[in-house]
Amino acid sequence: MSEIKSYEEYSKGIHKNGQFWIWSAACFILFVPISICLYYNAWPSAGAVLKGLLGVAPIYWTVGVIEIITFTPMLGTGGTYLSFVTGNVTALKVPAALNAMESAGVKSGSEEGEIISTIAIATASIVTTVVIAIGIFAFAALQPVLSSPVLKPAFDNILPALFGGLGVVYISKNWKVAIAPVTFMIILFIAVPSLASSVGILVPVGILISLGVARIMYKKNLL
Amino acid sequence: MKDFNPNSTFIYIVAGIVILFVLAQSIFFLIKSIRRAKQINMNMKTVAKTIGSTTIFTLAPAFSILLGVVTLSGFLGLPLPWIRLSVIGAITYELPAATSTANALGISLSEMISDPKVYTAIAWVMTLGILPSIILTPILIKKVQNGIVKIQAKDSKWGDIFMTSLFMGMISAFSGMVFSHVTEGIKGFLPVCVLGISAIVMATCGLLVKKAKITWLENYAMPFSMLISMAFAVLIAPLFGV
Repeated sequence: MSEIKSYEEYSKGIHKNGQFWIWSAACFILFVPISICLYYNAWPSAGAVLKGLLGVAPIYWTVGVIEIITFTPMLGTGGTYLSFVTGNVTALKVPAALNAMESAGVKSGSEEGEIISTIAIATASIVTTVVIAIGIFAFAALQPVLSSPVLKPAFDNILPALFGGLGVVYISKNWKVAIAPVTFMIILFIAVPSLASSVGILVPVGILISLGVARIMYKKNLL
Repeated sequence: MKDFNPNSTFIYIVAGIVILFVLAQSIFFLIKSIRRAKQINMNMKTVAKTIGSTTIFTLAPAFSILLGVVTLSGFLGLPLPWIRLSVIGAITYELPAATSTANALGISLSEMISDPKVYTAIAWVMTLGILPSIILTPILIKKVQNGIVKIQAKDSKWGDIFMTSLFMGMISAFSGMVFSHVTEGIKGFLPVCVLGISAIVMATCGLLVKKAKITWLENYAMPFSMLISMAFAVLIAPLFGV
């Protein structure tokens, strides 16, 4: 019977696997436009791509870096490698991981937390991929339902539905740390509603506020 | 040049290959984690509950992502949005990427794209727009993790508070965003009410778990609060003029 690896060894293995999968994913992602350009012999002009990129890249690239720095500690090793390939990180993978760790009573950063987080993210990825694949093949039947004006308010309010439940769990347990960033963000978004489109950039702002407040309270033995 | 069609068999085959890759990666990490959980004698019932509750929890967001595919399919056909929303992407990235490219090329996205060069330009902008997320992850992950380990090793209590503060920062930004429409009048309060209902359902589930000892509810509280508050949104939307 083989000896059980230490967490450190297991973690090293996950990094090795993760690096293989994520670099392979980068190749697969580039393979999409390259193969279509080759097959149709239709390469776009560099100017058109650059102009298009100019409209989105500054914000996407900034948010991309911010997301990696802020979500990596929450997602764990396997979860990070998986989330940044499968996407929908903020609206699905992070909440799925946090909810699973909370329900299982394990701490983020522990080995159990790493395992539960990765299981939750892998499950969420598989379910999403399967639902989208079924949706693609049953597109004609599903389109009227998905585009139904009756259901529109439900799909428009996924984020409030998600963060209401998640928020109450974390805020009730850490209300002292929560008051300042939550109040700041509510006032900020009411005062400048257009910021809603760049919420990704405000996540580190919220983190800095909660960290600052938590540090002061910790130093004063209030936590 | 071959006749171009955004719904061609060729692009479907490309999509199928990429989707299979993503599924394989997810299954790989799922199996690896389950095996490790067994090795270190974790409670396998907890693992099974995590899979069950996450499956239900994911259904509503998955349909929302499918809705994104529907939105993009109006001008990009089905296979490219299928790829983009299954790998790294999110509708909040892909739609502006397509719009930005269309604006740069001076074309409208109100009908199906028939020019392959326009289509490939959009595909490239979508790809290059999200590529740093995937390339920087393997480069930055160890640096970020080492930083966290150092903080936790220095002072474990502060390390826990540090992690909590990270969560709070994220939750505060997204909860605050829900209030961004309140200045638009009564309809702007619908998201706030949905947030409130979701929080109330979650808190009620928490009480039922703790006081009434309905322990199975613990794993399904989050999916319940999401689905009930979304159903609530459908029912009360007319009252908010939505």
